[in-house]
Amino acid sequence: MIDSTNTSNVSSIFSNVKSKFSGEKMNKLAMSFILPALGLAFFVLLWSLVAKNIDTSLGQFPGPSQVASQASALWQEHKAESEKAEAFYKRQEDRNAKRLAQDPSYEPKVRVYTGAPTFFAQIWTSLYTVSVGFVLASIIAVPLGIACGLSKSVYAALNPIIQIFKPVSPLAWLPLVTMVVSAVYVSDDPLFSKSFVTSAFTVALCCLWPTLINTAVGVSSIDKDLINVSKVLRLKPLAHVITIVLPSSIPMIFTGLRLSLGIGWMVLIAAEMLAQNPGLGKFVWDEFQNGSSNSLARIMVAVITIGIIGFLLDRLMLLLQQKVSWDKSVELR
Amino acid sequence: MDIDNHLELTQVGMKFPTPKGDFVALTDVNLRIKKGEFISLIGHSGCGKSTVLNVVAGLYKATDGGVILDNTEVNEPGPERAVVFQNHSLLPWLSVYKNVELAVKQTRQGRNKAEMRAWVEHNLELVHMTHAKDKLPSEISGGMKQRVGIARALAMEPKVLLMDEPFGALDALTRAHLQDSLMEIHAELGNTVIMITHDVDEAVLLSDRIVMMTNGPSATIGEILDVDLPRPRNRITLADDPAYNHCRHEVLSFLYEKQRKVENVADHQKKRESATEEKAKDASSAA
Ligand SMILES: Nc1ncnc2c1ncn2[C@@H]1O[C@H](COP(=O)(O)OP(=O)(O)OP(=O)(O)O)[C@@H](O)[C@H]1O
Ligand SMILES: [Mg+2]
Repeated sequence: MIDSTNTSNVSSIFSNVKSKFSGEKMNKLAMSFILPALGLAFFVLLWSLVAKNIDTSLGQFPGPSQVASQASALWQEHKAESEKAEAFYKRQEDRNAKRLAQDPSYEPKVRVYTGAPTFFAQIWTSLYTVSVGFVLASIIAVPLGIACGLSKSVYAALNPIIQIFKPVSPLAWLPLVTMVVSAVYVSDDPLFSKSFVTSAFTVALCCLWPTLINTAVGVSSIDKDLINVSKVLRLKPLAHVITIVLPSSIPMIFTGLRLSLGIGWMVLIAAEMLAQNPGLGKFVWDEFQNGSSNSLARIMVAVITIGIIGFLLDRLMLLLQQKVSWDKSVELR
Repeated sequence: MDIDNHLELTQVGMKFPTPKGDFVALTDVNLRIKKGEFISLIGHSGCGKSTVLNVVAGLYKATDGGVILDNTEVNEPGPERAVVFQNHSLLPWLSVYKNVELAVKQTRQGRNKAEMRAWVEHNLELVHMTHAKDKLPSEISGGMKQRVGIARALAMEPKVLLMDEPFGALDALTRAHLQDSLMEIHAELGNTVIMITHDVDEAVLLSDRIVMMTNGPSATIGEILDVDLPRPRNRITLADDPAYNHCRHEVLSFLYEKQRKVENVADHQKKRESATEEKAKDASSAA
């Protein structure tokens, strides 16, 4: 009698444990997969419903299906264009080889293919530009931020400049940067095009501030005891920065870098639209000016692409932080 | 070099500037410490013990008077006055070994690589921490961290070892362990030690002299008690020793009769409570 109740107790506990365990697993699955998928599905549904009811001068607002078909159309165009380019280079090579066979003293001419840049070429241009601008800004902002965090005097001197320029919209900078670049950056055989330099500088100007401010805050809030350790050990300034300052402010530096990269990416698209500099922003603007029945769907493809790339850039920074940070246990968001 | 004038605090005073005018923390602190002496600083919370220690360490600059170590004035921190901080202050991104190695590298004194390595390992051995040398500070218990902090300080081969409540955050068992280790190390190396403590038993067990401080503001040295107990000392046999109990009684009566302080009890309680986290970890690692 006692025995049987015991076993039933045990088995009920066991099944409890089991259901709890599988419940946890389910929960994890729901959190990481089912719920996000549900959210997306709901959004797509809402989008297609709303899109049907919006009429613009360029026709109906594109729903998910039009956007998908335009995405594949853009891919086809890209493939066709790269085939054309390949054919062009092949023809050129053949021609040069032939001329060389007839006349060994002939110097082969190599021309660059000049087709209109495709959507994917524009993506590449934008990514390249934002990386250069961001890296440039970080190279300036991190050391400057460390200096601000270490020295109250440096901070006092730089603070007004930071506070005034931080809230300036990139679009206000753009005309100035454009004029300065075209005045200063003159060379017969420029390594980079002027439009690229303008975009990258504009991005850099806006990327500076979050990194600078967060680095300064991170550095100035280092544990006082650790600073005392450094003093007792008489660490030289450089050793102090490398062994104490950098490791303890890595999380704040990365918070700043991620903010900067996010801002930089947004700024770049706007700058490309305004200045007609090559990149995704120009693609959007060209499609808008073009005004065909497919334009809106193609712009929507660009919008989604811009979003996904922004997201991936942020993830990339997170991965980098995980690699660099000494504290692997912190949850990174 | 005069052995009696190893470390000298002369008319040391400390004023902290505050919005409501200067706060006088210390006045007229005079103390002469012999080479190899073990000194405890005891007094109620907030009386200025840490301030004295920081002045000797060079982390604070005394506003009056000064400190002289072996005939040179102390005016900046340095490894010849190593500090063991209350909350260990190990660099969390460096392993136990690397933490000690950093101190050894800074004070290498012509050692080559192999000698440095041996010296790091020797100091870890002194505090019985060789087994965890590749762990990060976050992976070891509070008592172990404090051991490493002591090893790091010892590795600098300091003339004076300064300890600010080194065992304050530890449970009684771990604390007794570390006290014994410290006595062994002191017997072996003969460093001059200044240790702040709130624990009367700890002060009597470890010290050659106990410096008792009056309550702040304007705190100063109230009494100095010579602890004339033979070394090596054993906490169990001392428990029934009349001389030991006399010393305890002297310190207790100074603290609780002559320098009675009521309002700080609550303060103190808070401090101890914040330390319970560490204790829990220690207890589990002891098991
Ligand atoms: N940087 C500072 N600025 C202003 N006042 C200070 C400063 N440091 C310490 N004090 C004051 O000086 C007095 C002595 O402080 P101290 O830290 O030396 O006390 P303590 O004896 O070490 O106390 P505890 O036992 O709680 O550690 C306290 O009243 C404190 O408020
Ligand atoms: Mg203190």
